[in-house]
Formats: sequence, structure tokens, C-alpha cells
Amino acid sequence: MTDPGPAAEPARSYHGQPVIKEPVWTWEIPCYFFTGGLAGASAGLAYLSERRGNEVLARRAWAAALVGATASPILLISDLGRPARFLNMLRMFKVTSPMSVGSWILAAQGASTGLVALHAWSGRLARPAALARPAAALLGLPLSTYTAALVANTAVPVWHESRGLLPFVFGAGAALSAGAAAVAVTPPRHAAPARRLALLGAACELGAKELMERRLGELGEPYRQGPASTLGHVARACIAAGAAVLATRGASSRAAAVAGGVLLGTGALSARWSVFKAGFGSASDPRYVVGAQRERIAAGQTPGAARTAPRVASPRSELGSPATAS
Amino acid sequence: MKLETIAWPGSYGDQAKPRMGFFTDTSVCIGCKACEVACKEWNQIPMSVQGFTGHSYDNTIDLGANSWRHVAFIEQRKPVDADGDGSLSQVAARASLAEDQGLATYQEGDGIRWLMASDVCKHCTEAACLEVCPTGALFRTEYGTVVVQEDVCNGCGYCVPACPFGVLDQRQDDGRVWKCTLCYDRLKDEKEPACAQACPTNSIQYGELGELREGAEHRLAQLQHAGQREARLYLADDDDGVGGASAFFLLLDEPEVYGLPPDPVDSRRELGSIWAATAAAALALGAGLVAAALGGRR
Repeated sequence: MTDPGPAAEPARSYHGQPVIKEPVWTWEIPCYFFTGGLAGASAGLAYLSERRGNEVLARRAWAAALVGATASPILLISDLGRPARFLNMLRMFKVTSPMSVGSWILAAQGASTGLVALHAWSGRLARPAALARPAAALLGLPLSTYTAALVANTAVPVWHESRGLLPFVFGAGAALSAGAAAVAVTPPRHAAPARRLALLGAACELGAKELMERRLGELGEPYRQGPASTLGHVARACIAAGAAVLATRGASSRAAAVAGGVLLGTGALSARWSVFKAGFGSASDPRYVVGAQRERIAAGQTPGAARTAPRVASPRSELGSPATAS
Repeated sequence: MKLETIAWPGSYGDQAKPRMGFFTDTSVCIGCKACEVACKEWNQIPMSVQGFTGHSYDNTIDLGANSWRHVAFIEQRKPVDADGDGSLSQVAARASLAEDQGLATYQEGDGIRWLMASDVCKHCTEAACLEVCPTGALFRTEYGTVVVQEDVCNGCGYCVPACPFGVLDQRQDDGRVWKCTLCYDRLKDEKEPACAQACPTNSIQYGELGELREGAEHRLAQLQHAGQREARLYLADDDDGVGGASAFFLLLDEPEVYGLPPDPVDSRRELGSIWAATAAAALALGAGLVAAALGGRR
């Protein structure tokens, strides 16, 4: 660490206590970030492969989308404090709540993917399924990125202050996850589009996350400490190794494709988990919360929420507190 | 002074009541914790034994699901010269006695200042908790306050990190979030909230927000006039990051000393840009998918 210099006084706090609360979300939520992206981008990959006549890849990508779309609501409901009340999520539609918007997107995308699967297995409902294919693919796009809006729209500095880049990190992660899953289960000669998607996603994920962490500056410290840092290292190593395996041997060897897919999938999940964990480190340390706000005040962008100058000229003693009224 | 919120009074029509709130004047708080006890009793809040913290007389620690009032205790080694008495050498002697000799007897004149403040949900004009709540469990009452409907909350936990003051929390073994209701039930019977009624020094004042703000300005002027240059009003203005709040405070030091954020902002103010980035990223993902699927030979 470099010396911050005399200008940067350490932020004051109340006995070192956090100013904001850490999230109460548990392991289901980072897993959902992964499965939601997997479901969303896999549907797009499946639909486009189908249009290109690559049935082998399309079938497997639809299966991956179905797995993601099935696991996602289970994970989310299991994280609720009152799982039996999960239907309250669809009690209203609120654009001010990314969680509300996301619940509707997930419900619609999941239902569309379910229809596609039902038609594939039973041959029934052909016309609704024909509509459901593009619907699942299109809804999969916001499904992959809204989770970034969800965490960015909080008071947690490391999430809120990276609000411009976080959706791109999550979008790249979704492409990576879908590509990795499809590569792992598809014979290499049919998997070229999935390999391209996985490699493109890997490059964007690594680049966007690195850029995001750098732009955060001091607020990005939680990414360089504790579990978020460890998970970040795991993510980078897995993604780099997986991409290398896939780029060199992925087209010729089924085993290499499986290994590359597993590595990339693990990397994508670790990257989501790293973002999740960084939020806890950011919320629990008052330095980040108070420091960022003090900087805004020092820069003259805002006067802050406290004011020493009274808006009346002279005190009226009878309105003062009885303890000190003269 | 603009007291309106998005849903109040507009959505209530004739049913709207005046916007009610708390003015907590920490300069007369004596740290008796009667507010904490009265709140727990009236609202039947479960016990929350956290152990001995060593944070002065504060073993409640913070606001949360089981603490809707929290009295903060801050011990500061700085001369209290509100009245201007004591020469510089006397002040320096007191300070060295306290710092060099470790003599801190908590008697007046020892150079120790003790700040006490009763914290509570702010019932913000722009309430992030209410805006992010996906079920509508959090709502704006006819008094302009913010309340959780316990029969609707499904414990999704979104409001917990959304609140810029760290007020809301999930209750263990219950799963739902809980916070101050500004005694919504008592207000309906035209009673004042339990904490305000219990406060023996009138540090917690309850009333119509407009009147409270007017009184607070006079109290601030009085303290500034008496030489308390650090006295300040917190969340008393419409133009701060949460549009002011129903519960506002008179503090004797910077907000962060009391565990309060100096510049809290409702994250919804950035939601437009957040949705724009999210949509742009979704389109970029679409472009990536098309490029991957259509690029190459097959």
C-alpha cells in the first residue's frame, strides 16, 4: 500500500461498526447468478443453432437452458426467508425493483423453455412451442444481465459504484457459461459455435472484470482481500486454462472439450461468487461506505445530509428542548 | 419545504394524514435507553442479547430486526468548551492528565465528552427499501411513514443491503425483515410512538414533520448561539440524497461518528443508468451469440 498522504484522513466511524447491513443472501444466490446466465445464454445459442440447422448442438443447448431454468427458481425460493410465500414475488410488477422485473423475466423465460422441452419430448403443443423458442432466446438476454442491475441497485459501494460495467461482466459470464456447458456435452465436430461463444465469453469476462476492479480504485479493495480475492484467482486460473485447452485441442478431442468446458464453467461460477463475496467485504467495512461519501462532499459534489447553519436568524427559546430552554 | 413523497399524500386522497415524524435532539439525550425498552415492550420484539461489547454503555450494537431503537454512546477526549471557560493552559493540562496519566474519570471537566444518540429508521422521503421491495410488503402509510407488512414479506432480503442506513434486517428463525413502524398502530389511535412517550428529556420529539423541522431550526440556532459550533441538523432538508426524512436528528459531531452515513443516497437515483447499462449488456450478449453462431463455416 502506498501512503495516502496527509489529505486523506482515516474515515471516522462508530466503534468500527458497519454503516450499512451486509446482505443476508446465502450460497444459493451466486449459484443462481450462474444458472440464470446459463439458462439465458443457452436458449439463445440453442435457438440460433437451430436456425443454422445444427440440430445436435441445438438439442444439447436447449437441455442446458432447461437445467438452468429449472435450477434457478429452486435456488431462489430456497434462499427466501419464507419460501412458502414465493408467489408473492409475482404480486406486482415494479420497475424500481430489479428483483421484481427479474422475477417476471425468469418466470416467462422458464415457462418458454419448459414449453420447448415439452414439445421436444411429447411432440405436443407445436404452435406454442414455435413461439416459445424465440421468446426464450430473447428473454434470455435480460435474464443474463438483470442480476447485475439487482446488486448494483443497493447501497453496497463495490456493487453500486461499478454499475456501468457489472452488467457486461455478468453478460460475458453468461456467454461463457452457456458456451462451456454446450462444449462439454456436444461432439466436437458439431460444437464450433459453442467453442466460439465460450472463448469470446472468456475473453470478455476476464477483460471486463479486470477493468471493473481497476476502475473501482480503493473501493475495489474487497476484490483483493479474503474470499473474493481467492475466488477471483480461481476464476482467472480456470478460465485461462479452460480457454487454452479449448482453443488448442477442443476441436479434435472430446476429452479436451469436456475438460475445457468443466474448467470454464467452474471459472464462470467462481467469478460470480467473487462478485457476490466482494459485496460483503464492502458493506461490512465503514471505510468504504463513509470514505466514498466523504470524497463526494470534499469534491463539492454535494453538501451531504448534515447542515450546521440554522435557517432562522435568532433562536426562539420556547421551541427549544425543555432541558435547556431559558 | 416540500414534504411530499411519491405515494404520499397523492395516493391517499382524503384519507391522507399529516406527515408525522421524529426529531431526535441528541444534545439532551442522557442515554437512559427508555426508548429501546418502550419500543421492545410495545412492539413485542424478541430478546436480542449480544453480549458485552466494550463500546462504552452500548450493548445493543446497531439497529436491526430486533432493535428498532438503538442508543449510541461515544466517548471523546476533547475539551467541552461550550461556555468558553477555561484558559488554553487549563485545557491543555486536562488533556495531558487524561492522555498521559490515563486518568479518565468521566467527571465533568476531565476533557471527556460523552455523546449519546437514539437512532431509529429514518422513514425517508425517497425510501430505497420500499422501492426495491418486489412483493410490495413495504409501503408508504397515510402518515408518510414506511412500514413492512409482515403478512406479505417473503424474506427475499433485497431491502437489507438497499437501505443506505443499514436499518432493516432479517429476523433469524422467522425469515422476514422487521423495522420501526413509527408505531403505526398507535398513530391510528392518535397516540404518540412508544419511544417518544417514554423519553424523559424530550430528546425524542414526535409530531407533524413541518412543525418539527421549524422547532429544530430554532434549537440549532440556540445551540450555535451558545457556542456549540459542531451542532448540526441531519436529514432535515429536502435536497439531500434521500429527499429528507421523517426521522431527523440534531447531532453534535459528524454523522459517521454516530454510525450514520454523511451523504446517504437512494440508489434509485441511478437506476435509469443501471437499467441502460443492463439493456446495453443484454444487446451485447445478443450480438455475441449471433457472432458465435453465424461466424465461421457452421
